[in-house]
Amino acid sequence: MRTAEAFRMALEALRTNRLRSALTMLGVIIGVSAVVVLVAVGTGAKNAVESEIAGLGSNIILVVPGRLGVGALPTQSRLDLSDVAYVRRVVGDPGKVTVSVNSGETVRVGRAEAFVTVVGTDENLPNIFDRPLRRGRYLSETDVDTRRRVAVLGSEVAEKLFGDVDPVGRQATISGARFRVVGVYEAVGATFGVARDQEIHVPVTTAQRLLGVTRINGIAVGASGPDQIEPLQQRVVDALAERYPGERFSAVTQTQLLGTIGTVLGMLTGVLAAIAGISLLVGGVGVSNIMLVSVRERTREIGLRKALGARQRDVLAQFLIEAVLLTTIGGVTGILLGVGGALLIAALSPVPAAITWWSLALAFGVSVAVGVFFGVAPARRAGRLDPVVALRAE
Amino acid sequence: MIRGERPGREAPAFEAVGLTRSYQLEGIAVDALRGVDLRIGPGESVAIVGPSGSGKSTLMHLLGCLDRPTSGTLRVNGTDVSTLSDTELAELRNRAVGFVFQSFHLLARTPAIDNVALPLIYRGVPRAERRERARAALESVGLGHRLGHRPSQMSGGEQQRVAIARALVGDPRVVLADEPTGNLDSRNGAEVMAILERLNAERGVAIVLVTHEPEVAARARRQIHVRDGLIELDSGTAGGSEEPGGSRTGGPGGGEGGSRTEAGEAE
Repeated sequence: MRTAEAFRMALEALRTNRLRSALTMLGVIIGVSAVVVLVAVGTGAKNAVESEIAGLGSNIILVVPGRLGVGALPTQSRLDLSDVAYVRRVVGDPGKVTVSVNSGETVRVGRAEAFVTVVGTDENLPNIFDRPLRRGRYLSETDVDTRRRVAVLGSEVAEKLFGDVDPVGRQATISGARFRVVGVYEAVGATFGVARDQEIHVPVTTAQRLLGVTRINGIAVGASGPDQIEPLQQRVVDALAERYPGERFSAVTQTQLLGTIGTVLGMLTGVLAAIAGISLLVGGVGVSNIMLVSVRERTREIGLRKALGARQRDVLAQFLIEAVLLTTIGGVTGILLGVGGALLIAALSPVPAAITWWSLALAFGVSVAVGVFFGVAPARRAGRLDPVVALRAE
Repeated sequence: MIRGERPGREAPAFEAVGLTRSYQLEGIAVDALRGVDLRIGPGESVAIVGPSGSGKSTLMHLLGCLDRPTSGTLRVNGTDVSTLSDTELAELRNRAVGFVFQSFHLLARTPAIDNVALPLIYRGVPRAERRERARAALESVGLGHRLGHRPSQMSGGEQQRVAIARALVGDPRVVLADEPTGNLDSRNGAEVMAILERLNAERGVAIVLVTHEPEVAARARRQIHVRDGLIELDSGTAGGSEEPGGSRTGGPGGGEGGSRTEAGEAE
């Protein structure tokens, strides 16, 4: 018997029992579409976080006091501007080191008011981070040296306080002190939940006086190339540890952040997909069950086919192909539904979804494999039926 | 029709020596056949008769290669079935024997033409040729107008004629008919018998009937009575096998012409 014939027979049999076939497929459809959706959402989340990190700029090393890790408490900083100068000497390229002092403050412009993150930084920030300007200029060395009260606004802050008016050259009051706006950043979105468009950047020296502190929150270093990141990171950490014996400093790179987050999200996606995979397995058991029923129901037909010259392998092939068709059609339907569902989720909710070809290919492969695995036992039973007994069956 | 395609054409259709078949029924051995010697030549018309439980069905299953003897030898078209694997046995069954069952055994949701073409699928015949041969077979039993009908849309007599067409489509040497008229009224039964007789006469296909109806059995040229797993009486053994077919032919040119006429009437 030709394979095409076996396929035709199997399709015919499925068509004869439309409702039963559809219900049997449903288990596989649900399983496959759940796997596809969850993998798409998981991958989408991972991609989104990765692009956020990559969007910061390239080859960045962040230096913070204390331990950095998931769940680690923020440590009271003892770093100050002299440490920044020290790190500049260690790095050797002062233009590739910048600093930050952060504080949440209220800003007023006329009657408009906003709660923002005031970031004290310096003229080197744009050398390290990607923060394109929409209007005006960045902070300058003179701004920092002379503690000028000037500010560069994040795009959302500018919109909230000034609306359609160009803020450059206008005044804003931060914690009671009047600042002159010199620039506005382009929108860059959020990174790790930090809304970078809701920041106001002021000279670090001005910020320290405004907040009444001498500390700084962190130092950012830009490496000259990807291969320079690790040695530079080690050099900075070692130098700080030498300066402050017995204290810990952490330096973290984008690659390390990406690795950690990628691992966590990958595991999460894997666990979710595995749970969805269980429902696929249950669907497979349903296929096996219905195939056994089908073999029993069609015992006379099997006996007849054998009497007419069907060999054991012909009957086996017919029923095996029937089972595989059930799961494959179910699988393809599930893939289509899953892709549709993922796209719908991406379109209607903030959850991103990324459909990867490998996950679709895997879902298809698993559907076929489930059909073979769960179809073999019923098909073998059909193939081994004794024609004399089968012909007499009710 | 090409007759020379198979070797052993002149060998007896069936040749059984000391054929036995016993079953284990709840641990007890039941001897359904207890040593049957039998020879059925090409083109014969034989009725196997006997009461129920006599072993005639078992004999039928053995002749049809659906089952294997416990002991003894059985040659079908000169081939000893004991030497064949299950697969080879299925292939022999496909080529050598056509079955007609009491309850027709048609696939319920399948049109007549596809029911008839079924044996050819297992022979690897391409679809177009299958349909062509199935159509010809249906025309030869006068059902050229019922190609696309499903069994449920046909009368019992028509269904059995579809089954006969299916038995013939593979061009076997023997048609084994198990109570072919058992589920039919006398008019349809007579029609089915007439078709079987005509095929026997025109094509030289050996017909082996299993029946318990004396009037059906009487229409065969040879009667074999089976009782308690043995052949009790064989009307054919005394005079040897009768001359095959031709004597009953309706007339010269009746063969192919006859079926064409029927097909023509149908349209």
